[in-house]
Amino acid sequence: MKNELVIAVSGLNNTDNPGPGIPVIRALRDWKGKKVRIIGLSYDHLEPGLYLPNWVDKSYQVPYPSAGSDNLMLRLKYIHSVEGLDFIFPNFDAELFTYMKMAPELQSMGIHTFLPGLDQFEERHKYRLPEFGEKYQLAVPKSLSVNSLSEVPAALSQFEFPVVVKGKFYEAYIAYSMDQVHNYFHRIQAKWGLPVIFQQFIQGSEYNVVALGDGRGNTIGAVPMRKQYITDKGKAWAGITLDEPALIEMTRKLIAANQWRGGMELELIKDRNGQLYIVEINPRFPAWVYLAVAAGQNMPAAAVKLAFGEEVPPFEHYEVGKMFVRYSWDNIVNLSDFEKISTLGEL
Amino acid sequence: MEKKRYERPVIASLNAGITNKFGTRNLNEPISHIDGASIKEITEQYGSPVFILSERKIRQLYRDAYRAFSTRYPKVQFAWSYKTNYLNAVCNVFHQEGSWAEVVSIFEYEKALANGVEGRHILFNGPEKTESDLRKAIEHESLIHIDHFDELYLLLEISESLKKRPRVAIRVNMDTGIYPMWDRFGFNYESGQAWDAINKIILTNKLDLVGLHCHIGTFMLSANAYAVAASKLADLALGIKLHHKQNIEYLDLGGGFASKNTLKGSFLPGADTIPSFDDYAEAICGTLLNAGFTRENLPMLILETGRALVDEAGFLASSVVANKRLSDGRKALVLDAGVNILFTSFWYEHKMTPVEPASHHTEASVVYGPLCMNIDVVRESVTLPPLRKNDLVLIHTVGAYNMTQWMQFIAMRPAVVMIDPEGKTHLLRRAEKTDDLNAMESMPEHLQSFSLA
Amino acid sequence: MNLRLKNNIAVSDSGFVFNPSTGDSFSINPVGIDIIQLLRASKSEHDIIEDLSERYDADTQTIEKDLYDFFTLLLQHQLAEKA
Repeated sequence: MKNELVIAVSGLNNTDNPGPGIPVIRALRDWKGKKVRIIGLSYDHLEPGLYLPNWVDKSYQVPYPSAGSDNLMLRLKYIHSVEGLDFIFPNFDAELFTYMKMAPELQSMGIHTFLPGLDQFEERHKYRLPEFGEKYQLAVPKSLSVNSLSEVPAALSQFEFPVVVKGKFYEAYIAYSMDQVHNYFHRIQAKWGLPVIFQQFIQGSEYNVVALGDGRGNTIGAVPMRKQYITDKGKAWAGITLDEPALIEMTRKLIAANQWRGGMELELIKDRNGQLYIVEINPRFPAWVYLAVAAGQNMPAAAVKLAFGEEVPPFEHYEVGKMFVRYSWDNIVNLSDFEKISTLGEL
Repeated sequence: MEKKRYERPVIASLNAGITNKFGTRNLNEPISHIDGASIKEITEQYGSPVFILSERKIRQLYRDAYRAFSTRYPKVQFAWSYKTNYLNAVCNVFHQEGSWAEVVSIFEYEKALANGVEGRHILFNGPEKTESDLRKAIEHESLIHIDHFDELYLLLEISESLKKRPRVAIRVNMDTGIYPMWDRFGFNYESGQAWDAINKIILTNKLDLVGLHCHIGTFMLSANAYAVAASKLADLALGIKLHHKQNIEYLDLGGGFASKNTLKGSFLPGADTIPSFDDYAEAICGTLLNAGFTRENLPMLILETGRALVDEAGFLASSVVANKRLSDGRKALVLDAGVNILFTSFWYEHKMTPVEPASHHTEASVVYGPLCMNIDVVRESVTLPPLRKNDLVLIHTVGAYNMTQWMQFIAMRPAVVMIDPEGKTHLLRRAEKTDDLNAMESMPEHLQSFSLA
Repeated sequence: MNLRLKNNIAVSDSGFVFNPSTGDSFSINPVGIDIIQLLRASKSEHDIIEDLSERYDADTQTIEKDLYDFFTLLLQHQLAEKA
């Protein structure tokens, strides 16, 4: 691997519902003995990362994934011709599928990525969680996909109130009665279509783990965190690293079973009897990934090394009780920078 | 001094998403030619709107699909799904490539015969086959796919009176994990109904049960559902071998493969998300090869793929009738092609590109058809460069179902042309005229005259 | 209809327009830039149509129709007012 790497990073939306781009860049900048040139990939001309020249050396606007991989590829080829990219770090959920599809072509151009395979990505979808749990022998909350209103009573008989009523991709409500279930079913069906997912509500505490799998079943890094304060959008505002071997154990078991490659975030719940359940598997590093770096595990840098085929020994330690408190900052920017990115697509 | 190319003035707010040339770059890259033929010249010769089919693309799609299956499985046969596009020239391209015919009505059956397809190479599907339809199919030794018990009993009767053994298959419906389950066609697998039908056919010994057929759905985005379907059909075939010592000659996995269209409401374009022919082939062939057939008893695999073999080969060239500004400030475009001839715009977000050169400045527009009907919306929102009246717009991926489901409503159905592999254009169906339609009507004597003040 | 461009409106060569009184910004194509500049020079509707038809390969009817639509948008975006 070269001493100087050019790494493109997306997810520069460091807003009150932040993307992981800037935290990932911060981790890469912490990489000892390595010089990195950071190329920002933005979708919107107001992504805060565009206006942070200390973190992002140069930015390019790219077409949305909904415009198709052909268009995105064309743009990346142009950026590659100017910058000579070594690695791309996609950080948005919505773009991962497209990047996974493009990964072989990017590789042939000399651009590395470190992403899960399509099968791994698809099977961890929210609405496939029960299958996932069964396949890998992992505890997940009991849940059922419901395909029509007439199936609701039979489905409900298998749950105890309260029940979580969830959309296929987004949105979830806790229902305490049959009436509420019907109400939420209609609301979610109208917005997200079928199936609607019923999930057993589990009373307990929520935990998160940021982890990195090497694609051969090894967990290279794993740091558990408890959110200390949650915004009205459900995002962590403050959090602290934990010493809880059961959380790491569960993460290792999952990564060993499905040979996960790349970063991930696990959301788990521990019920009153101490039983852990996996609630969600996010297929990328979370926005709080820098907490793990500060605690001693620079997983983003390790991901790049793995992509270049380097042997990376698993991290063995991290500092317990390391905290983060997020803050917002009004960055003063020039109108001319806004003009540049919005008319020329580069900054 | 030479004048600059005029483009309608556009002003777009930067607060509402990307408008610069990089964000939406190439989305609207103009396409002026198809296989070397000028779209403008085609509309000048055949009128606007006009459907344009690429023969080269049809053959390429067929060959891709055939390669995906034939490299994985020794006995593969495609049967062209007439209902997808039954213009005779389109059918014959498929027949030249080696496809049999798959029909679902006596009208399509007669079309296939007239195209020169031998009866034994026609699969007759569908819930409605009358006694005379069935007699005709039996006489031509076609493969009849039985949909329900009423049809089965009718066939038993006819075979007796004709003193012939019809060659039949039964259509089986099943749970493949796909919603909705198409249980309205054929006999159910899980309930044992399919077995009842099989036993009836074999024990009465008047029909030759040569095949098993299923068709699990349409625009299937999961290749895995086909693996489930293939394993259930294989299970029935092996059961027949075990219990009745009879070999099933073919398994017909039907159609339903998705084309590169984008379904409404999906975030990623269809071209990026739909399974490839290789994905479908891997699911089906892998399952059949491992199902437990002996090498010599391996049944022929029949596929009735329609949409995925012709959709991308079809284009609709259309002209701008008017530019409008709606009351809420949105841009609207009226085209001369509407939902009457583009039925699929009810469920797809059809890709649209300009034909003439255009700049990178774009506007989001609603695209309406020419009908005086509120439902005539071709696209709810599409990003296009500023277009002038009479400018051409090319609508993509329209080769499947539109040239069969189109209706003569308010306006006439337009011409269909095909571009051959050398780039030469051929008229496949001329545009309809008012006389064509009036010719089918008759006027009662007492209604023949009137006078208006 | 004649329009008066608000006097604090500026347009850059790249077609970037910022409206200081509302905080909105816009992107405009070359014909649009020309119209803004003609408005800045206090040209009438008639003059603008004439000027554009001399420079561009379009008939005056087309330009007139498009100009009306463009004027509507300039008013809607509060970049100009009726003269």
